[in-house]
Amino acid sequence: MKIGIPSVLASYTDGARSVEAAGDTVAALLHDLDRRYPGIRFRMVDERSRLRPHVRIFLNGEVLRDLATPVQNNDEVVIMQALSGG
Amino acid sequence: MSGNVAGGRLRGLTLLVATKKGAFFIVSSPDRSTFELQGPAFLGHIIHHVIADPRDSHTLLAAARTGHLGPTVFRSTDCGATWEEAQRPPAFAPARDGRRKDAVESVFWLTPGHASEPGVWYAGTSPEGLFRSEDAGAHWEPVAGWNDHEKWIEWTGDGERANPGGSPLHSILIDPRDAKHMYFATSTGGVFETRDQGGTWDLLNTGMMVDFQPDPHPEYGYDPHCVILHPQEPDVLYQQNHCGIYRMHRPQARWHRIGYNMPKEVGDIGFPIVSHPRNPDMAWVFPMDGTDVWPRTPPDNRPAVYRTEDAGQSWQRMDAGLPAPAWYTVYRQAMATDSRHPLGVYFGTTCGEVWAGLDEGSRWQRLAAHLPDVYAVEVAEFES
Repeated sequence: MKIGIPSVLASYTDGARSVEAAGDTVAALLHDLDRRYPGIRFRMVDERSRLRPHVRIFLNGEVLRDLATPVQNNDEVVIMQALSGG
Repeated sequence: MSGNVAGGRLRGLTLLVATKKGAFFIVSSPDRSTFELQGPAFLGHIIHHVIADPRDSHTLLAAARTGHLGPTVFRSTDCGATWEEAQRPPAFAPARDGRRKDAVESVFWLTPGHASEPGVWYAGTSPEGLFRSEDAGAHWEPVAGWNDHEKWIEWTGDGERANPGGSPLHSILIDPRDAKHMYFATSTGGVFETRDQGGTWDLLNTGMMVDFQPDPHPEYGYDPHCVILHPQEPDVLYQQNHCGIYRMHRPQARWHRIGYNMPKEVGDIGFPIVSHPRNPDMAWVFPMDGTDVWPRTPPDNRPAVYRTEDAGQSWQRMDAGLPAPAWYTVYRQAMATDSRHPLGVYFGTTCGEVWAGLDEGSRWQRLAAHLPDVYAVEVAEFES
């Protein structure tokens, strides 16, 4: 499955903005992503398995709240990172 | 995440400058006559602390919070030429006590371990977590004796932000005579001590004041801003507190407010304190305005370092070369010394300047300007 990667995480994917990952839930996708690109999951998910503030994951154009949401091979998953501050 | 730093390996006397937007390096010529600014590394990352390992000649760690992407540690084993992210950054173990603040927000403080334990490092985080690495910062484990302490919520206020930058655990100190004897401080508890390398912790607050509370001498609830231990006389501790400057001489367990000897119009409020590495009676502070609404600017807008040569019985103002008026602050980690003769004293400011007093602070020269807010300054001596 193709996963859209935000620019702030591209240093983990050797600059790639679209990468492959496998899994039947969003949580499983993120674990597989971390296996392929070590360290990337902890930048999005804290040690309590909560999405960090300002990180959003879109499934087929809809923002999702629950990492247990199931996914299928033809789904579009895009990770977004909102920026704020100074 | 990994990265390279323009300039390659750092050489000779180098200031490690952590800022709101990255790490900078100020490299000295061998005789300290000229200084060259290098970097930034990690541009755009919040860097709270960069420190070199005195037990080898090549390892550096950087404590980082990458914008909204959470806390991490970067490490270099080639004098700063290349960096890699920790494979397991500091993260709390599953909470057992129902605390509200149960995830690390930022890595704030780094301390190399005891000389007998190469590769061991400690990290302090916000909220108040203590972590240990045994592989030079690649993997971090929680120190359960503190992080899961039955009084953690009580002593930390449940990790609620104690100051605008968070609620950090800082000033991790290791007794050079005993790897199991350690101290650290927090901004809502006070000073803590262990004699079993973190298994159990005791308060070390007697003598301190929290003078804005009805009871100025509670069991805990103090705000040490910076605590230091003298490397050659480790029974000597100094502390710059939210409420005064203190000194303790072990085995006593009582803090004495040596800040009472500061000029009354200046007061004894500030963030940093450093000592002379060869003279436990010498120390430097950078006072700030702690009156009214606490502007945290130099008293009377006239920046000055104050130095004691007699363990705090008297203090001398040292402001030669520092322009006034000025309205900056020097944070708790932003003052350091080298080990040269005469001693060099350095500090960084919230307006992005780094200053050096190469004659024990008697006269100041500006080494860098227009940097982001300086969070920390450390000194390293790499191979030339």
